[in-house]
Amino acid sequence: MTAEISTAQPPVTAVAPAPSLPGTLALQWATVRVLMARDVVRFFRQPSRVVGALAQPILFWFVIGSGFAGSFRVEGAQGLGYQQFFFPGVVTMVLLFSAIFATITVIEDRREGFLQAVLAGPGSRLAVVLGKALGSSAIALMQASLFLLLAPLAGVSAATVNLPLLFSVMVLSALALTGMGMSLAWWVRSSAGYHAVMSIVLLPMWVLSGAMFPLKGAGTWLSWVMVLNPMRFSVEGVRRALYGAEASVVVGSPMSGTGLEVPVLLAFATVFVGLAAVSVSRRE
Amino acid sequence: MPDTSVSTPPVPLLHLEGLTRRFKGRVAVDGLTLSVRPGEILGLLGPNGAGKSTTFQILAGLLAPDSGQVRFAGRELSLSDPALRRQMGIIFQRGSLDDLLTARENLMLGARLYGLTGERARERVESMLALIGLADRGDERVGTWSGGMRRRLELARALVHQPRVVLMDEPTQGLDEAAFRTFWAHLKRLRDAEGITVLLTTHRADEAEVCDRLAVLDAGRLVACDTPAALASRMGGDILTVEAADPETLAREVREKLGVDAKVVEGKVQVEARQGHALVPRLVEAFPAGRLSSVSLRRPTLADVFLQLTGRALGADVPAAEPAPRKRR
Repeated sequence: MTAEISTAQPPVTAVAPAPSLPGTLALQWATVRVLMARDVVRFFRQPSRVVGALAQPILFWFVIGSGFAGSFRVEGAQGLGYQQFFFPGVVTMVLLFSAIFATITVIEDRREGFLQAVLAGPGSRLAVVLGKALGSSAIALMQASLFLLLAPLAGVSAATVNLPLLFSVMVLSALALTGMGMSLAWWVRSSAGYHAVMSIVLLPMWVLSGAMFPLKGAGTWLSWVMVLNPMRFSVEGVRRALYGAEASVVVGSPMSGTGLEVPVLLAFATVFVGLAAVSVSRRE
Repeated sequence: MPDTSVSTPPVPLLHLEGLTRRFKGRVAVDGLTLSVRPGEILGLLGPNGAGKSTTFQILAGLLAPDSGQVRFAGRELSLSDPALRRQMGIIFQRGSLDDLLTARENLMLGARLYGLTGERARERVESMLALIGLADRGDERVGTWSGGMRRRLELARALVHQPRVVLMDEPTQGLDEAAFRTFWAHLKRLRDAEGITVLLTTHRADEAEVCDRLAVLDAGRLVACDTPAALASRMGGDILTVEAADPETLAREVREKLGVDAKVVEGKVQVEARQGHALVPRLVEAFPAGRLSSVSLRRPTLADVFLQLTGRALGADVPAAEPAPRKRR
């Protein structure tokens, strides 16, 4: 009889589902949204970061811009002064610095244990990386948009700006740069180490993006480095959106002005965010 | 089946079977088999390097085991399965709070990460704040909080999504006595209110005493698993501690003169004896005045039990004498 009773019993106490158990996809999306919102809130709670983010590009543009203004001349584009030429480069720099900062917060989150707790949750690694990347991109976009309010000073007329192109280039660049930063951050243990990576990889990439000087003027091997540089597509895309196709052709290099910026940046963004997700899951 | 008597526990909520993890040839966790019963607070006890943290990391889903399996409520699950992750609340040693967010925001973040939304998320956040006694401080940023308050908030954050199991890695590390007591009072209250099961790692003997059951780990292996009282009773006798200028010589002389087993533990001579009180006068008589600077008699603690089971001091709490550096990796 006892045997009969025991077979009649359910083998295990089933896991009682919580009242509104969210689906897996909903959980992933929740993770993305939570992390994104957190980074934006954190940004506004650090006044020094907000001030720095606004003041730094303006200073950069004025100081470097006026320093080079006298000696700079682009062949075939007599109308384009250095301040105009440099303006799209500073927009990309804003996106880059924001990505660098986001990457440093990843290193901090990891050191302080916040990230560990998120990774132990139900969200996937990809959701965590996407959340961080989108949060950083939102901040980058806000900063860049504020800086773009100065565009009339750089001879841009609001009527001719290609806004869809401008915003798709900025969003994709922000995602690509954050993804790149995060893939690098995972191999670097400390923020000091990351500063080294920043100054030997990320900053030279920006300098060689056509942000500061035209790609045409550089030597052969250097111009190839510049051609394959993801940041170059960002600078050229912004330049084309602000000043029209001629400006980016005049200062450009092979493939300039062909309208390839958006697809190329989309490819870079996908690859780097994917790479970051893979690096996050590769843990000791 | 006569086996299914009252003493046999129901299906364990969490069951580890032959869990093994190696690091570059060193076995950190060695075939660990362990059952966690529903509603209990089970402590993994051992010094640094015993395999507690590795076990914790595996259960937290942050580290893959080399072999072994985990069953949750009778079902075999991968540790990365979101269904299992949702059932777990985790408190890490380093803490997971965001200093720039308020207590309420930190809890809300935890709730949302686990898929709670809207009114239900708000309800849970408020009830957790009330349960840890910090309802009136919910809008303060946690960056300024004391260690004890932060630990309580960690506890609330780990529980906000109503998990069935809570994992804690050295939850009271660095807390003073008062904060330690408060934390545990809240933990037990939450355990009763929420019906959770707790698995924690510790190397504190005082923390081990308040667990329902203890799994004693040494060098990655389970050496004993029982209630603190049952473990303490294995010692049988009392602990007699003698302080003197030259403990090594004294220990040898005690062995020779009194025929009892005396050893040196942390610079003091220690004797385990069934009739401890009877030994005290014999000991005092046997040595000339001034030779012994103090003699004390006490009931064994879990630190003593650990020493007896493994031959190693639990240490780390006590300002460790020499044995500590040897265990370092």
